[in-house]
Amino acid sequence: MLNSRRLILAHFWLAFGVFGLALLLGAWQMFVRSPLQAWISNPEWYYRSLTAHGTVMGYVFPTLVAMGFGYAISEAALKQALIGRRWAWAGFWLIAVGAVTAMVPVSMGLASVLYTFYPPLIGNPFYYIGVVLVVVGSWIWVALMSINLHVWKRDHPGEPVPLAMFANVAGSYLWAWTAVGAALELLFQIIPVALGLRSTIDAGLARVFFSWTLHAIVYFWLIPTYIAYYTIFPRAIGGKLYSDPMGRLAFILFLVVSMPIGIHHAFADPQVGAGFKFIHSAFTALVALPTLLTIFTICATAEVAARMRGGRGPFGWIKALPWSNPIMLATALSFVMLGFGGAGGLINMSYQLNTTIHNTQWITGHFHLIFGGAIVIMYFAITYDLWPHLTGRALTSVRLMRAQLWLWFIGMIVTTFPWHWVGILGMPRRMAFFDYSSPALAADAMSVTMSAFGGFILVASSILFFAVLIQNRRAPQAEPGEYRFATAIHPPITLPAVLNGHALWIALMVGLTVTNYGFPIMQLLVTPETSVPAVYVGAEK
Amino acid sequence: MTSSPHIHDDGAAVAARAERRWATLSIVIIVVIAGVAAFAGIHQATMPQVRVETADPTTLHIGGEFVETNLGSAAEPDGTVTVRAIGQRYSFTPQCILVPTDTPITLRATSSDVVHGLLIQGTNVNTMLVPGYVSVLTARFEKPGEHLMPCQEFCSIGHEGMWARVKVIDKAAFMNMTSNRRRLDCVE
Repeated sequence: MLNSRRLILAHFWLAFGVFGLALLLGAWQMFVRSPLQAWISNPEWYYRSLTAHGTVMGYVFPTLVAMGFGYAISEAALKQALIGRRWAWAGFWLIAVGAVTAMVPVSMGLASVLYTFYPPLIGNPFYYIGVVLVVVGSWIWVALMSINLHVWKRDHPGEPVPLAMFANVAGSYLWAWTAVGAALELLFQIIPVALGLRSTIDAGLARVFFSWTLHAIVYFWLIPTYIAYYTIFPRAIGGKLYSDPMGRLAFILFLVVSMPIGIHHAFADPQVGAGFKFIHSAFTALVALPTLLTIFTICATAEVAARMRGGRGPFGWIKALPWSNPIMLATALSFVMLGFGGAGGLINMSYQLNTTIHNTQWITGHFHLIFGGAIVIMYFAITYDLWPHLTGRALTSVRLMRAQLWLWFIGMIVTTFPWHWVGILGMPRRMAFFDYSSPALAADAMSVTMSAFGGFILVASSILFFAVLIQNRRAPQAEPGEYRFATAIHPPITLPAVLNGHALWIALMVGLTVTNYGFPIMQLLVTPETSVPAVYVGAEK
Repeated sequence: MTSSPHIHDDGAAVAARAERRWATLSIVIIVVIAGVAAFAGIHQATMPQVRVETADPTTLHIGGEFVETNLGSAAEPDGTVTVRAIGQRYSFTPQCILVPTDTPITLRATSSDVVHGLLIQGTNVNTMLVPGYVSVLTARFEKPGEHLMPCQEFCSIGHEGMWARVKVIDKAAFMNMTSNRRRLDCVE
């Protein structure tokens, strides 16, 4: 039951539209800093492009996917027409207007500060105001998800909340709270300075606020992908989910422990002491737990489905899986990238190993593999799965979909593996130019060239993706039937309140954030004379 | 469910047992990883700086430990070497840092304008430079040689040009040089 099809389609089209543009910028960046291109005449172009790429890919694209998918989940899983559709459209338009407001000064070169802001560099105020509008638009979605679940619970007392909706609402709360860090930084620190009301800013405090957002935002990007693992993948391969409560536990763990760990982004920072760095490092190890649980549950789900299809042997059952199904393929490729990316993440979480790769190209390689690879390939899968229900037309070209997914996977591996490697060699990130004629950098030339070709493969994959969606517009109308999510082998009949609601976990999330961030923030607030003069970009030209 | 409740319960029990075993193993893996990190930290293999120190970037050039004449490498009475450096758009001072082999080195550095960072290639020396705060870290170089030291954080449009060098020389030669110069560097 998808009543709000136009609303959901609008979110997906805008998401993938901006994604396509930002992807082109990314590929151009890979090209200009590789040995394929001689000195770029104005390095400012590179940082302008990098700011746009990061802002769109980090704040606009995944937010729109989570929102569009969230509305679909609310209607299909709860079998209840969306409450507050007008508000949902208001949220959508706030994001569209916010994205344009932010991108105008960026494209004019007035806000080349990168999506991480990092004051005392200060850009045009409209850049930051645009980002705030995007976040406010997404908060409308958070409220709507909460209200829709609340109404459903009132009408269905004691019934288990469908797993997809339970996870979707957990993801929305995670986003609402993690965005607070950057919101505090923008509203109380950066925007007053950008507007000229103040001329100094505490750069260390700003970095702590930003780390509050910067790590958990990754799990906000990840939640739609995990929802697809648990509630689309089992149904798509003709099976059932191995365990429903374990899925709930995984999402609960993300909600609770993805927040109080962000200071691992500040391991090399002077404004946080050793104690809290250690605490955040230990909590970061904990966030591997929901992923380890998920790997088990999803692999077990696949094995049960394969054995039902006649698969035999300790590993022979893998052959019996429906490999021609794009969802099967996307999930398997996503898992491979999640495995490599997760292993890299375990390296980043420890202070000791992080010192070797901190702020090198390893880091960019790492988050492109996890986000651009493992997560985004499932955004494609979600789109393919949902699309016929949104357009009322079948997706006919399964081969094209498989080719697109393979190309995305190959492109990501070719891009990110050499990227990790040059990071280990000590190549710093976010530079417009490298002098490969220097003997110390000559060793990086080959790897950077490979990465650039990986970027071109990704662009080719995205062209196929749009081709699939455009072909769908010309396909004959077909009634896709009800959109449904996977059921568990043993569906829950009743659930304890803690597995059926979010209140306790929100309390823990807020409580752990206060204990793990409260002291470092208070200490910086009371330390005198830490504010430094702002440096306005674009002012020196 | 068409299967009898009895068979259903058995299957559920087997599934739950497998799941519990995996969850236990996962927790053990995580405890071991966090334990190894804690062990390495406590044994000082690498430790972040313990205290937070501040420095006003607007007065660095007027007085205090980061005045220009005090930058570079200084031999301390206890046999260690302290290196003081600052980052500014778009260079480090000194642009070439001179250090001896086999000597405990303490690096003290800060920024005079925006956020910078430094890493020394081929080592695990890597820190942010945040204006307003002093970054402190310790290191020891075993072999003589030269390393590149780029800025590793975006610091505006000249970031790609912000590279310095670190030259590691024999300890005896270094100590000889300290007899006639208070602060050493290898800027030519």
